[in-house]
Amino acid sequence: MEAFSLLGQGMLVALQPMNLLFALVGVFLGTAVGVLPGIGPALTVALLLPVTYKLDPAGSLIMFAGIYYGGMYGGSTTAILINTPGESASMATALEGNKMAKAGRGGPALATAAIGSFVAGTVATLGLTFLAPWLVEIAVKFGPEDYFALMCVAFITVSATFGDSPIRGLTSLFIGLTLGLVGIDKLTGQARLAFGVPELLDGVEVTTLAVGLFAIGEALYVASRRHHTEEKLEAIRGSLWMTRQDWKRSWAPWLRGTLFGFPIGALPAGGAEIPTFLSYSTERRLCKYPEEFGKGAIEGVAGPEAANNASAAGTLVPLLTLGLPTSATAAMMLAGFQQYGLNPGPLLFAEKPDLVWGLIASLFIANTMLLLLNLPLVGLWVKLLSIPQPWLYAGILVFATMGTIAAKPSVIELSMLAVFGVMGFMMRRFDFPIAPVVVGLILGPVAEVQLRRAMQISLGDPMVLLESPISATLLGVALIALVAPFVLRGLGRFKASGD
Amino acid sequence: METRRADPAGIAFAIGLFALAGVIWWDLRSLQGATTYGIGPQAMPMVVTAGLVLLAIGNLVSALRGELPERESTDPRAVLLILGGFVALIALIGLGGGFILATAILFTTTSAAFGRKAIVKDFAIGFVLAVIIFLIFDKLLTLSLPAGPLERLL
Repeated sequence: MEAFSLLGQGMLVALQPMNLLFALVGVFLGTAVGVLPGIGPALTVALLLPVTYKLDPAGSLIMFAGIYYGGMYGGSTTAILINTPGESASMATALEGNKMAKAGRGGPALATAAIGSFVAGTVATLGLTFLAPWLVEIAVKFGPEDYFALMCVAFITVSATFGDSPIRGLTSLFIGLTLGLVGIDKLTGQARLAFGVPELLDGVEVTTLAVGLFAIGEALYVASRRHHTEEKLEAIRGSLWMTRQDWKRSWAPWLRGTLFGFPIGALPAGGAEIPTFLSYSTERRLCKYPEEFGKGAIEGVAGPEAANNASAAGTLVPLLTLGLPTSATAAMMLAGFQQYGLNPGPLLFAEKPDLVWGLIASLFIANTMLLLLNLPLVGLWVKLLSIPQPWLYAGILVFATMGTIAAKPSVIELSMLAVFGVMGFMMRRFDFPIAPVVVGLILGPVAEVQLRRAMQISLGDPMVLLESPISATLLGVALIALVAPFVLRGLGRFKASGD
Repeated sequence: METRRADPAGIAFAIGLFALAGVIWWDLRSLQGATTYGIGPQAMPMVVTAGLVLLAIGNLVSALRGELPERESTDPRAVLLILGGFVALIALIGLGGGFILATAILFTTTSAAFGRKAIVKDFAIGFVLAVIIFLIFDKLLTLSLPAGPLERLL
């Protein structure tokens, strides 16, 4: 099997002592930062991006993978113990997990989340291993017009199709696309939207945007509505371990959650919310003890948590094979590649197989480390959670600004950070989704380059977009994904007025 | 169905989107077209401008219909405290006051925004935290953080 030999070579890279150390550091840092309330995996990666800047690419990407998976683990701990999901994908986990913690079953809830994440992460990473070479073969045949069409699909599905409001989602996307225009045009060398400010010529830094939107926006939002909510940390009482009964009730939800998470994550549809909620409602229907749902049913933690982790591994499929980020976290991972001038895609598999397969192999290692580390260390993470809220957020803001100060200590860059923070605050307050802004900033310039390349090859004939069967199909999909929410909503309104 | 009133915040938002589209359009005029075949650097800004105008109209319509989601009351004092900390931080970095002092101030205002009243104690904590970060970054990782009078003493 080709995939196995490639993975074997990757293992040789990932098992080098230095790289093992990087994986360990990544897993540790990722969990520590991810466990802080209000910090999801995307922000974890954004905050730690400057730390990896000076390392060599392979080690740093391996550390990154650890941070990514560690952030997911940490997020579920927060969701269970204080009911503050750092991102919407942990909301299902918080629903049942926090009830379990309140009932004194926090230990088994954390255990089923951790073991479920391990099972799902391992199965989904195997899926990635087999799917990636196959997708790379298809992707090699893609012309620039096909890539452009694929990015259109990603733009629409990330912003319009699955959110609450397609208009607000698209607005977020176009703000991101606008930010992506800033800087020197790569093909003609002309400055766009720079207004003569030298700092703007390089474009808007993805980390500045992400840290501003996620960290500062979140801090402002939580501070502004502090008087509404009182969060309480649940102590872990009783045994940490799962009983026989817990195991019996958990294994099937883990596998079902994985089956929801991986395919949906691998499609350029973005987000882990859909698979986690699908898993939650499925477990609720299949459960032998439906009366426990809403009061702390272990199935309601096991399934969604597995779905969440499987979809995270799933989003790595389009990211690594096509260079297509379909979630905020994947966009941050792409930024991590780009800081070394690496562009994920079929070419990277051909040119740097050691790096790509080393990264994939390190996902297995990171996952195993998390399982071995996290259950024994859960007491340490709980201590982190007991930092008083004012110092916690003050510390988060100090670290958030420190990254920017270390990278570019200029008044302009710091002001941009503050402006993005206010933007993140307003977007939270008015319920605009944030991921499309990040995806728009990072993917917009790439889509533009592909479109212009396609037009150059076709000598300026726009019909090339429809003449390639792949591109025509993808554009059709994008159009359906754009129109469907409006049509469905129109039907809903029609029905409502007819009743 | 109850009729909801127009939402001033939503209208302001739509106007902001129109203004953003206007800025891109204005900036676009200074660009020169590509000499080769294909499309030039103006194409993408044009698409974005058109999209922003459409979305501004969409946002305006939903604001006039009052379709924005319900909002909870906010505490403007907390927001202003944190932003005030940012202004102080940016000013101190810009004027060469150094990383440690700037960071300590941001720490203090943020914890005050979250309801802490022990300003002196919080400033001391922020100060110690900043010194530790500075020592780790500057001495251990040799990443340079902006130095002021305090940093030169270390």
